[in-house]
Amino acid sequence: MNLEGLEMVAVLVVLALFVKVLEQFGLFEPVSLEDSVEDEFELSTVCHRPEGLEQLQEQTKFTRKELQVLYRGFKNECPSGIVNEENFKQIYSQFFPQGDSSTYATFLFNAFDTNHDGSVSFEDFVAGLSVILRGTVDDRLNWAFNLYDLNKDGCITKEEMLDIMKSIYDMMGKYTYPALREEAPREHVESFFQKMDRNKDGVVTIEEFMESCQKDENIMRSMQLFDNVI
Amino acid sequence: MAAGLATWLPFARAAAVGWLPLAQQPLPPAPGVKASRGDEVLVVNVSGRRFETWKNTLDRYPDTLLGSSEKEFFYDADSGEYFFDRDPDMFRHVLNFYRTGRLHCPRQECIQAFDEELAFYGLVPELVGDCCLEEYRDRKKENAERLAEDEEAEQAGDGPALPAGSSLRQRLWRAFENPHTSTSALVFYYVTGFFIAVSVIANVVETIPCRGSARRSSREQPCGERFPQAFFCMDTACVLIFTGEYLLRLFAAPSRCRFLRSVMSLIDVVAILPYYIGLLVPKNDDVSGAFVTLRVFRVFRIFKFSRHSQGLRILGYTLKSCASELGFLLFSLTMAIIIFATVMFYAEKGTNKTNFTSIPAAFWYTIVTMTTLGYGDMVPSTIAGKIFGSICSLSGVLVIALPVPVIVSNFSRIYHQNQRADKRRAQQKVRLARIRLAKSGTTNAFLQYKQNGGLEDSGSGEEQALCVRNRSAFEQQHHHLLHCLEKTTCHEFTDELTFSEALGAVSPGGRTSRSTSVSSQPVGPGSLLSSCCPRRAKRRAIRLANSTASVSRGSMQELDMLAGLRRSHAPQSRSSLNAKPHDSLDLNCDSRDFVAAIISIPTPPANTPDESQPSSPGGGGRAGSTLRNSSLGTPCLFPETVKISSL
Repeated sequence: MNLEGLEMVAVLVVLALFVKVLEQFGLFEPVSLEDSVEDEFELSTVCHRPEGLEQLQEQTKFTRKELQVLYRGFKNECPSGIVNEENFKQIYSQFFPQGDSSTYATFLFNAFDTNHDGSVSFEDFVAGLSVILRGTVDDRLNWAFNLYDLNKDGCITKEEMLDIMKSIYDMMGKYTYPALREEAPREHVESFFQKMDRNKDGVVTIEEFMESCQKDENIMRSMQLFDNVI
Repeated sequence: MAAGLATWLPFARAAAVGWLPLAQQPLPPAPGVKASRGDEVLVVNVSGRRFETWKNTLDRYPDTLLGSSEKEFFYDADSGEYFFDRDPDMFRHVLNFYRTGRLHCPRQECIQAFDEELAFYGLVPELVGDCCLEEYRDRKKENAERLAEDEEAEQAGDGPALPAGSSLRQRLWRAFENPHTSTSALVFYYVTGFFIAVSVIANVVETIPCRGSARRSSREQPCGERFPQAFFCMDTACVLIFTGEYLLRLFAAPSRCRFLRSVMSLIDVVAILPYYIGLLVPKNDDVSGAFVTLRVFRVFRIFKFSRHSQGLRILGYTLKSCASELGFLLFSLTMAIIIFATVMFYAEKGTNKTNFTSIPAAFWYTIVTMTTLGYGDMVPSTIAGKIFGSICSLSGVLVIALPVPVIVSNFSRIYHQNQRADKRRAQQKVRLARIRLAKSGTTNAFLQYKQNGGLEDSGSGEEQALCVRNRSAFEQQHHHLLHCLEKTTCHEFTDELTFSEALGAVSPGGRTSRSTSVSSQPVGPGSLLSSCCPRRAKRRAIRLANSTASVSRGSMQELDMLAGLRRSHAPQSRSSLNAKPHDSLDLNCDSRDFVAAIISIPTPPANTPDESQPSSPGGGGRAGSTLRNSSLGTPCLFPETVKISSL
């Protein structure tokens, strides 16, 4: 840089400072940028109110009192009226302190969130509970099938089943007896498919599922588990 | 247990429908929880102010007074309400805790009164919500300090008493650390202070030019060269004192390594070392330069004053804690210096007889200008140089003036924060430990539930029901849920210890595996008894471990496990305390105890050992007496030891 150049630079700097001073006096309005985009944060206080009590009574098989109790608890926990996936996972993980229940909770969330809008409202919640707790055995099996069918295409593939199985085994955590082996979920999936897949085409459809479950004594008997949860 | 869990439990149980088709074993039947009577509203009358709430709300925390059956003690049948003769204002916060799950701390109430209320209602102070936690702790700490100060002021006359058998070392260390405790320590303290001052003054005076006794001396000498012996004697005396002090401190220090590494001892060493080096080094011209340098280090004796001055210590500490801000200041200054020096150098390059001979030479100009010193020994002469020079001085003002108030305000903030942060870290560890304990408490509760045989559908229903009755409905259902998961995956929950034992037990073979299965036995009844007879459980563990000749490490693990389980059962003890009196006896027994007793000992099976009396049913048979001899006189052990020997 020779002297000339540096003097030029110095002059430019002086000019810039001069402009700044003029700005301060308000005599010189530089071109302002577009107004910054409105803050994008959504109002996190979305409030969702469920439909009326009578409608819920019609839609579900719960009594009025039961709905009242359920809603009071739900509203207490989620004042905004909806549960999103993170909350869901966190709530579920409190029941299984030893293992990692987040994957299974995600599957559950997707099963409850019937309209796939990313949140579970009280109606979804109560609708799901109604099927499981007050529905017929077929309803319950149907719901379970829906849970397993991750992409909702009407049939369960081995991969989907493996995902579900792994998530369930994850909930057990590390300290189990006998110690969990790597292949345990896969073996379980194999045995499941052996039982359920009648035509051995590698997928389990809803009819095969229902048929096999109805033939299984244990499953049928265990269904009574849900009769007096609430 | 959070408020939410009880609400979500039905949902979690319903979600178990997803495991049903996958379960390879039959799932256990649901616990027969008697149908809740629906929601009812309870009235709680606290000194005349009536609070009403759902029963479910109070049931969320069964570990507290209001959530457990302990509140029945306060039930007034005539008016149908629960009456508490306590402060109604405080009760509002307690009740809000049940409703919202967060305990808030009232701002205008005395913190001690609040603590007492919490203790009465069975809430632990850790439940205070995060929003109020800091203030709660601060106020509590303030209170505690104030009380401690009062106590100290009372005892000031006596002085803190040393344990009688303290050694000379401990007394010496205490004298060094707290000089005001004894007269001799005080004297020593002042003497060392005096000698530090003398030494520093001597160093300073040494260099003053003294006029010689004879006026005619042509040149002036520094005093140090005029009176070398005097100064040498003074120096020697000071160094002797300092060395003596250092060695005494080294002797008295409880942890010598730590003392050696501490800053004060380093300062001490640096203060006295030059003298000794000076003694050792022969006085010749080659090293006299180095010798002179060493003398400079004598000035570090002034830092020894920091033991005598609290202010110096605080200053040193705050400088240390503000190091990052100072570092940033230094860094930004350096950047600015380099930039401006470069610019000035190139601006002034063409001038003749310029001072800006190189960029490093321009550093000096930049620093002097930026700190607004302006000595004037280097001055730009070109126009560009002058323009950039003025920009340099303006920016210097900004660069230096801006961080300084930030640093100053950081001082006080960081200083206070540091003190608080350390304490908070320690408390955080405790909190995390509690959370972990609660988590393991849940798991352990479930494991204990399993070992109780609570999952056996058949079996002596009566006694078993008594044992398991005291678990709340929530716990029963939660455990049932976990049991369903076990059945679905054909694996069982265990705790870490058994898991690692089982892993280790694979190689040594059958004997050890037997010992693990046996060693896992004491978990159940041991933990049952843990709430009432912890000592016995420990003894039993020792006996059993020895009897199976397992590795002694295993017994230690069992003790730890038992100790851990015992601790984790503390929260449950409240509900067991609340059991009706005639149930408490039965709590001691496991259903298997009865079975084993019936089978193998001809003594009457109504062997409900009263935990308080060691009296054994010695009237019983031979087996009973031999067992009694072998046992440590604890009847609770009988059924269990029989069972073990029958394996």
